[in-house]
This record gives sequence, C-alpha cells and structure tokens, in this order.
Amino acid sequence: MTTTTRTGRTRLPRGRARHPGVVPVVSVAVLTFVAVAALQPALLTSGDPTAIQLARALQPPSFAHLLGTDQSGRDLYTRIVYGARESLTIGLGATALAMGIAVLLGFLAGLGGRVVDRLVGAALEVTFAFPVMLLALLLVAVRGPSSTTLIIAVGVGSAPGYARMVRGQVLAVRQEAYVEAACALGHGRARVVAQHVFPNAVRPLLALFTLGIGQSIVWASGLAFLGMGVAPPAAEWGALLEAGRMYITHAWWLEVMPGLAIVLVAVAATSLGRTLQKSLEGADR
Amino acid sequence: MTTATAVAPTAAHLDPRRREKTAAVARRCLTRVATAVLVLLGAATVVFGVQALMPGDRATLLLNTSTGQAVERTEAELAPINARYGFDEPLVVQYLSFVGGLVRGDLGTSYQLHSPVTEVIVEQLVPTVQLAGGALVVAWLISLVTVLLTAGRGRTVTALGSGLEALSASLPHYWLGVILLVVFAVHLRWFPVMGGSDLATSVLPVLTLAIPLAGFLGQATRDEFERVLQQPFVTSARARGMSETGVRLRHVLRHAVIPPITLSGWALGALLSGAVIVESVFSRPGLGQVLVSAVNARDLPVVAGVVVFVALVYVVANVLVDLAYTAVDPRRRAA
Repeated sequence: MTTTTRTGRTRLPRGRARHPGVVPVVSVAVLTFVAVAALQPALLTSGDPTAIQLARALQPPSFAHLLGTDQSGRDLYTRIVYGARESLTIGLGATALAMGIAVLLGFLAGLGGRVVDRLVGAALEVTFAFPVMLLALLLVAVRGPSSTTLIIAVGVGSAPGYARMVRGQVLAVRQEAYVEAACALGHGRARVVAQHVFPNAVRPLLALFTLGIGQSIVWASGLAFLGMGVAPPAAEWGALLEAGRMYITHAWWLEVMPGLAIVLVAVAATSLGRTLQKSLEGADR
Repeated sequence: MTTATAVAPTAAHLDPRRREKTAAVARRCLTRVATAVLVLLGAATVVFGVQALMPGDRATLLLNTSTGQAVERTEAELAPINARYGFDEPLVVQYLSFVGGLVRGDLGTSYQLHSPVTEVIVEQLVPTVQLAGGALVVAWLISLVTVLLTAGRGRTVTALGSGLEALSASLPHYWLGVILLVVFAVHLRWFPVMGGSDLATSVLPVLTLAIPLAGFLGQATRDEFERVLQQPFVTSARARGMSETGVRLRHVLRHAVIPPITLSGWALGALLSGAVIVESVFSRPGLGQVLVSAVNARDLPVVAGVVVFVALVYVVANVLVDLAYTAVDPRRRAA
C-alpha cells in the first residue's frame, strides 16, 4: 500500500497531506465567496462598478476603498466582485468544453479499436506540438477577440492533455474484474459501457475538472492581459490587469489586487481538486 | 529493465553485442526523427486548417489589415489580391503550396509589415532565445539548489521547500512579473522599469519566467530525490564513509535529475508561451511581442509562421530530450 501510494500520488505536496482539514475548508470558503460574487454581486458590495468619481481617482487601499480606486475613481473591490461572473464563466466554460472534447476522444480511442486508437493518438501527438498559449493565440487571431473566443481557445488548447488521461482511464477500467464479470454474464457491449465503463472512467474527472477551472482562469486571464479578451466595461479580472498596466508606476494596487484574486481562485481550485483526487483514489482502493 | 542493468556492464566489452546495440540506438533515433517529421506535418496541417476555417473573406481582411481600415471591398479591389495570394484556388492547391513553402523555409509575407515572415522571425529571435535560455538555466539552478538543501532534511525543512515549490509553480507569469516590477523597479529602483534587452533589463524578465518553472522542476526532482535517498546504494555509499554532501551530489542527484530532464521538453513549450506574456509585461522586444501585435492586427501569416516555428522548436527539443535521456540513463540504451 505504501509503495502504491508513493508511485500513484507523487504530485501531492507532503505538507498538505498531513493537515487534510484546513486547506480544503479555506479553498471551499474562497470558491464560495467567488461563486456568490458571480451570482449575486450586490450581496458583497453596495457600490456600483461603473460609478465614475474623478475626484477619487487612483487612491491607494483604505477603509473607504478596501482595494483602492482606479484612474476614473471606480472602487477596485467592487470591480473585482462584479468581474467574478465573467472570469468564472470563462473558466467553467473552457474547462467544460475541454472535458467534453476529452471524454469524446478518450472514449473513441479507448473503445474504438486499434485503428481509431492509433488515429486519435496521432492527432493528440500533433496537438502536443503546440504550447496551449500559442494554439489559443492562433484561434484568437482567426476569430477575433471575444469571451466566446477565449472559451474556445482555452478549451480546445487544454483538451488534448485531458483526452490522454481519459483514454488511459478507459483502458484501465476495461481491464477491471467487474467489467470482465459483466461480459461473462452475457451483458451487451453497450450496456457494459454505459453501466460500468462510463461511470468508473468519468468519476476521476470530477477532480480533474476542479483542477482545470483554476488553470483555465489563469490562461484566459493571461490572454485577456494581452488585450485579447472582453472589451471594458465588462471587468473580467485579466482585463482589469490589462487596464491597470499603464498606471503601474504610481498605482500598484491596480495590478496586484486583480492578480491576487486570480491566484487565490486558481490555488483554491487546484488544492480542492487535489483533495478530491486523493479521496477518489482512496475510494477506488 | 532490471535484467538489462545486470547485463549492460559486461556486454559493453563484447564486440558483436556492442555493434548490435549501436544498431538498435541508430534505429531508435531514426524512428524518433521520422515520427517528429510526421508530427510537424500534422502541426502544419492544423495551422492551415484553422486559417481555412476563418470566418469572412481573407482578401478583405488582408486589404484592411495592410491599410489599417475596416471597410467593405468591391470585386474589382479583391480580384487582384485573390489572384496574387491564390485565395480563389481550391483548398488542396493552397494546402500544397503552404506545405511546399514551409519545406523551403518560406512562411509567406506579412500583411502588416509587408516583409517575409521568416525575416521577421529571425530578426526577433535573439532576445527571445536569450530570455528563454536564461530562464531555463536559472530555473534549473534554483530548483537543484532548493532540492539539494531541503529534500530529506527533516519535516519542517522539507515542508518549507515543497511549500515554496508549490507556491511558485502556481504563480501566473503576468502577476509575478508585475510584482517584481513594482517591488524592484518602481520602489527599490534597482532595475529599469521598461526597455530593451540588455543585461540590467533582462534580470527581472528572466526571473519572472524562471521562478514558476523552478517550482515545477523542483517538485519533479524532489519526489525522485527522496525516493533515491532510500535506495540501498545510498546506504552503502554512506557506510563507506562518504559525506552527506558527497552522497547527495554524486549518487542521488544523478538519478533525481531524470524526471526534470523529461520535463525539459515540455518546459521549453512553457517557456515560449511564458515569453509571450513576459515580453509584454516588460515591453521587451522579441518573438512574443511580434506574435501579440500580429494577433491584434489579425496578421495571419505572421501568427501562423510563429506558431509553426514554435512547433518546430518544440518537436526538435523533445527529440533532443529523448536522446539526452538515453545518454543519462544507461538502462534506456539497451531498450
């Protein structure tokens, strides 16, 4: 058991494994806060994200403006809270798209026989020749910048990695004794796949999905930071970063705070995903 | 694999066996190179396919991009463009001339700059290579030093080391770059805020690119390092009276660098993607800046050219990593 643990979960940081209680709770708290911000931003702030007050422009963080104000005197905290919806939608959308493509390709490769497996394998090998960011930039160049483009770019870019994992999962589940038993009982192929292979191959993806959201938000904000995202005033976090770049020498908070929001959500999603991964692996053994 | 290890030292001296092995290595290299060429062809096909899928008329886009306008064009205006760039040819013909161009090193002509894409790439290549190369070296140094100093040194130190690695691996380049800029350029004034690609202005960009990568490499090295520390040959080296530092440097490190070497091919891709963002944060010239401005202007030949070029670099790097891997790990030579 110890050896399996060591080889199977090498990516788990040790410190975290010893305190399973605190980190997931903090992660869930961060994600809940952001989810509320996305659904009902008015619950978390009484301000208006577009209220321009030139007299209060570029003020550093204070009690009146927790995270400071931007060049038009708009409250940065309010803008970040209202930006959560756009950022989360892009993150969730891109991850869902990536997972959808991955499940389709993974099952095709895992169940479609040798030739299909080879073909899908070759296609994946080719997409691995592009770093995700570059594939995404190519798509933005072709489609022009918009939220939908960001979702498609990040989703398509990160799908091959997941597809490879799904394929491996399908192949592993196919070897399991319960699948063999179901086949021996004379159940049809479609029924075995639907009842046994699909649920067991897809369950670990739940953890992967959570991990993926963090990564997608980071990538999408990166693209938005390069000026390829949503036009203002839809204040997606990456777009906030991009807007603050001009003021970096005298208003550090405009860059640091939206970035902090991205990092917090990414780290929370990642660590929650790892906790899920660990508990799912534990349930399998 | 274990049997191969046992056989390898004795077999190396026998001539016929050795020749056989050289042949096997050569075959392996050939297959690897052939696959790489196929993957590149596939990559070129994807880039072509994505361009062909583009909504709207390419001749209109080209005219508008090169003149900086956004207007409807008449047939009379579009016809010469279509004829010159072959947009009215069947897709198969366009595809063959695209791939043919790639083989000759011709990536087409920029819509915006009106010069050959190959020239544009070559001009901007040096600063990006310096940035990515510098970051790769710095990342390896940081990760090796951290692992050597903190792996297997008791709970607290180990937790500190791996915590730092997890943290730095999760920092997005754009945020890390901005923080380094605010702290070291704006407040402490140690480095210039923006500018060219000389040594002083390169320190912060290289660090920005290197720190997250060092986190990833460190995580991979640490896991293997701690596993190797438990191996019998480490105990036997200690029993011979070798110092702790000696054991770590001479025996453990050699094994522990194998996972990060396999990661280095992937790391190059991460570095090139990261360079796009880092060059933008620090307003540094290079391939990334060319790419970003081409994407914004929808200058497709430049975007496609850079993407194909990066795929080429990436694929070649992965072949090299595979061969380097064979050199470091003798077990792979027999396989």
